[in-house]
Amino acid sequence: MGKHRASARSARQFAFVLGEISVLNAIEFADVSFRYEEGAPFAVRHLNFSVAEGEFVAVLGHNGSGKSTLARLANGLLTPDEGTIFAFGVQLGEKNLYDVRRNVGVVFQNPDNQTVATIVEDDVAFGAENVGLPREEIGRRIDFALKAVGMEPYRTATVARLSGGQKQRIAIAGVLALKPKAIILDESTAMLDPRGRREIVDVVSRLNREEGITVVLITHFMEEALLAGRAVVMNRGEVVMQGTPREIFGRREELLTYNLALPRIGVICEKLRAGGMDIGDTLDAATLAKEIAACVS
Amino acid sequence: MRIVAEHLSYTYNARSPFETAALKDVTLTIEEGEFFGIIGHTGSGKSTFVQHLNGLLRLPSSMKKYRPKKPKKGEVLPPPVVLRVGEFDLTDKKTDFRALRKKVGMVFQYPEYQLFADTVRDDVAFGLKNFSDTKLTAEETDAAVCAALEAVGLDFSELKDKSPFELSGGQKRRVAIAGVIVTRPEVLVLDEPAAGLDPLGKQEVMELLHRLHKSWCKTVIIVSHDMDEISENCTRAAVFADGSVKAVLSPRELFCRTEELLALGLDIPLTARLCALLAREGVAVDCDFTTEDFCRAVLALFGNKRGERT
Amino acid sequence: MKDVSFGQFYPVDSFVHRLDPRLKIVFLIAYIVAIFLASNFYGLAACAAVLVLIVVCARIPVGKVLRAVRGVTFLVLFTAALNVLFYGGETVYWQWGIFCVTFEGIIFSVFLALRLVLLVVCSSMLTYTTTPVSLTDGVESLLTPLKWIRLPVHELALVMSIALRFIPILMDETARIKNAQMARGADFERGGLVKKVKATIPILVPLLLSAFRRADELGDAMDARCYTGGKHRTKYKKLRFTWRDLVALLTGAALITGVVLMKVYLGVPY
Repeated sequence: MGKHRASARSARQFAFVLGEISVLNAIEFADVSFRYEEGAPFAVRHLNFSVAEGEFVAVLGHNGSGKSTLARLANGLLTPDEGTIFAFGVQLGEKNLYDVRRNVGVVFQNPDNQTVATIVEDDVAFGAENVGLPREEIGRRIDFALKAVGMEPYRTATVARLSGGQKQRIAIAGVLALKPKAIILDESTAMLDPRGRREIVDVVSRLNREEGITVVLITHFMEEALLAGRAVVMNRGEVVMQGTPREIFGRREELLTYNLALPRIGVICEKLRAGGMDIGDTLDAATLAKEIAACVS
Repeated sequence: MRIVAEHLSYTYNARSPFETAALKDVTLTIEEGEFFGIIGHTGSGKSTFVQHLNGLLRLPSSMKKYRPKKPKKGEVLPPPVVLRVGEFDLTDKKTDFRALRKKVGMVFQYPEYQLFADTVRDDVAFGLKNFSDTKLTAEETDAAVCAALEAVGLDFSELKDKSPFELSGGQKRRVAIAGVIVTRPEVLVLDEPAAGLDPLGKQEVMELLHRLHKSWCKTVIIVSHDMDEISENCTRAAVFADGSVKAVLSPRELFCRTEELLALGLDIPLTARLCALLAREGVAVDCDFTTEDFCRAVLALFGNKRGERT
Repeated sequence: MKDVSFGQFYPVDSFVHRLDPRLKIVFLIAYIVAIFLASNFYGLAACAAVLVLIVVCARIPVGKVLRAVRGVTFLVLFTAALNVLFYGGETVYWQWGIFCVTFEGIIFSVFLALRLVLLVVCSSMLTYTTTPVSLTDGVESLLTPLKWIRLPVHELALVMSIALRFIPILMDETARIKNAQMARGADFERGGLVKKVKATIPILVPLLLSAFRRADELGDAMDARCYTGGKHRTKYKKLRFTWRDLVALLTGAALITGVVLMKVYLGVPY
């Protein structure tokens, strides 16, 4: 275990010494292919994709585009058929999975199927217990993690009594207790109501801003990509579009060919523009309202 | 079928120290032919109400039995409880609940998780067989299953012998809906029909419901968290909170009351948010809060403005 | 889910809640022994008094306690009725064929019913005041000696706590699936045994599939949080023996001693 950590450190130093990579990549996929069964179509094919340390990336795609496979590969829950994956400079292999998982946490889709314990603090402690931290440190980690997701008042609450959004915040806290450098949210908002979805997106964008945690938000709701620095669109296991969220949303026709529906606000912008109004590609209601007001008064 | 509920209350664990009132004096009428929305948080009583409509939850024995014919002097009787779905009187113990369930189809949340049979055909035919009084021939069954699958936009000949578990998420949900509409219910109730789908899937399900509403089921009732879904699709909506109905209004009337909805901890649709923001800028937009009508109203304002300038 | 009393932790902070779960488990066993050692009403009264003390100290509302009893009402009444009718004895009040109501029979069935109620209330006090996690921690700690015979104690304890966590979820799910199939005209009440068993297939298949799916996802989530089994693992909640536990231990010891003394010196129930 200690040995792997040492190798991780040396790999990072190596990267800096060479000076070729100015910022270390948190996650890097190099020509990765994967399929669930022999003969089945590739879920991910020849994927080259990287996330820099401290970045907030949204991965968009319709159901079955390969975006969830991406999360499982990055965390070593699946092993690629071809290509290599690096997490913070360390190549993923059977022996260092444990260390990689400490650095790269994953939050999954179903809020009910991620909690191990009945009581909030016991569940948040689970990961920290697994890596053998001393008791006092676990206590501090629980404090930190619950505060980071805004759930301190629920420390001794029963998980089953929480709302979907709250349960997912607890799942995030459970990952945070391991103090990962990156968090991947694998469609963690798909089963939530609009309010729960907003809670989650707010929490992770704050974690990215304030704690400097690298965030990969996998989602099929474009509105959620708004706060990300970069958006990536996947289709049939490949990255087909990349850019800032605004750039991506501006390419409407292209998005439709990848089975991505424009959010309601995008549809409104488009219709108003078609009617001759001077409206940009905003996804923010307040901005849109200002633009409309400027046009009609 | 017209749905009439008056003074409907329901208590879980009644007459014990653990009773919790799930519905309190609910009065609500849903007309035949409506595309009706039911809004509310988890625990607001919306699911309890919906489960009454096909007798999955029943009124505690016969409500009528406990009512004396003539009140004693000076005694004020509580108003009578009424729950009628078309010709069925649900306060009457003797009501044929099987016949009722045939007329009121109910699609639960994530209905794809209730699929169980070996083939799509068998799964869709499950309700059909349960509800028919005579044994159906294979041809009759196939014809009905085929019609139901086509109604939800799936191809019978391609899917009939496939396992429902091999299908994609969206297809599974359609098969599950086909399994409910196969008996041609007059009222179709759906609890969060679009939950968990991607935006395109959501859009397709809502389009499907509109198609069914025109051609298949007279009344469609959806339970939803998503106010955009309600404002975009429904003719009227009821707001549930704490077991009672706070309002039954058309989206046009309902979403003007932004403050009240927010006070109940509910969301408002995007169009209503934009209208509220515009009102602050001194721009009044009069619309029914569908995307279509909102854009029309804004463009009309824009047209007027341009007219003034020239 | 709202109706499952078992495994339902009642979250308040109290003397009893703070006790070491190991002690609570041992105390429960001792209490059960005491109940069965008690051969007269004095003994049972002592047991009942201790139990009342526990309920008060645990700050559990009476409603909750009654709820635990409600589940076994039928069992209590049934055994009591059997005993009243068949116990026999000398002071006969009423007799018809093999049925015979006697003074001794009535006393005995009341005695037995009390025993049963005390047993149920005390057991439910354990689950009301102990979170499933600390309960399994307690079991794990008490079973530690069995590691020597290569019993996977940690894994067993984890399985137990996960089961406790998922039972309410799966019960909810069962109700939901049952409702959904009933809405499709399924009938679970009519017909003979074969028909009834067949009728459960539309519930069992989706339920099993869902349980497997959940297990799969939970496994992934545990892996992702670095779970590798019991080795190198630490515990956030360390079990510690405090003055409270000493008080409880002494109470338990006093109870057993008292009951035994009463048994010896005061004799039969009546």
